[in-house]
Amino acid sequence: MTNLVIIPAFNESDAIGAVVRDVRAHCDYDIVVVDDGSHDDTAQRAAEAGAVVLRHPCNLGIGAAVQTAYLFALRRGYDRVIRQDGDGQHDPSYIPAIVAILEGGDSDIVVGSRFLAREGFQSTLVRRIGIFILSIVSSLVGTRTTDPTSGYWGINRRALRILAPRFPDDYPETEALVIAAQAGCRIREIPVVMRARTTGRSSISALYSGFYMVKVILALLVVHVRPRHRR
Amino acid sequence: MFRTYELYLLESLALVIGLMLTIFVIGAIRRNSLNARYAILWVGAGGVLAALSVYRPLLDFIATAVGISYPPSLLFLVAFVFLLFIVLHYSLVLSSHREAIRHLAQAVALLEQELEEQRSKPPAE
Repeated sequence: MTNLVIIPAFNESDAIGAVVRDVRAHCDYDIVVVDDGSHDDTAQRAAEAGAVVLRHPCNLGIGAAVQTAYLFALRRGYDRVIRQDGDGQHDPSYIPAIVAILEGGDSDIVVGSRFLAREGFQSTLVRRIGIFILSIVSSLVGTRTTDPTSGYWGINRRALRILAPRFPDDYPETEALVIAAQAGCRIREIPVVMRARTTGRSSISALYSGFYMVKVILALLVVHVRPRHRR
Repeated sequence: MFRTYELYLLESLALVIGLMLTIFVIGAIRRNSLNARYAILWVGAGGVLAALSVYRPLLDFIATAVGISYPPSLLFLVAFVFLLFIVLHYSLVLSSHREAIRHLAQAVALLEQELEEQRSKPPAE
């Protein structure tokens, strides 16, 4: 039974080394960094910190980066995959707890939620409103979560088999939750405290927040219309 | 029908544009820079538009048949519908290309890592 920590990263040269070392300090699992076509030395820094590096030859977006790591995990036979963001917003001290829940066998996907405990970095008001709307929309199509945009995910091999071949593209988390729920995955949330990023910039600018909302809601409706994934 | 000098001028202009389009398309095929199936599409569309603009009775006949009071606006309708379908077609092509590029790039990333791993392994003996 083996576990893998995956870290998608795009132009995170300043943060990635520390993120990898931080993960290493909290668990002894293998670490994969997916460098999504960075223009800086993200890949080199990640390798120096001891991670296996998968390099996209061009920028494909966060969904594709996570998917590449899932495909890697599937091929190499890992049993559980925990995702951390490349900017250090995710605190790796929750990884053992997430793995323990997955090992318990009652959940296929464990999502770290900022809003269950309401501590730590809570994002801006506008984004919180957006996330709240998304949680309502996603609950309408079958998944009840408080933080459907969280990327702090742990999944087991069952969920990996479902998500690796068909992981959504642009802002994938909410849509992926719905896909997994439709395929019969059991999803559980645990409270996590997230940090504000220290370096770099969010991939979602203010201008794109509105686009994000529209895209995700559309995607959720599309998921609902599309023929369901066979179990 | 009373025909003015301006109308002949317009028709000649349409003919010249049609000819230029055809020459350009043929040239592109010769240079291998235009896929044959798009070439057929463009030549066909250009041909229909040229026929309609040069042979006025045909345009008048179709326009009257479908109830368009000002026949030349039929030209715009045909051109607009054609362009709409082409753009929609391109959206589909772009989506499938995007998907293909994603799969290729992911495969490259996985293969490259595997290759590096093999190379850095000490030889078996």
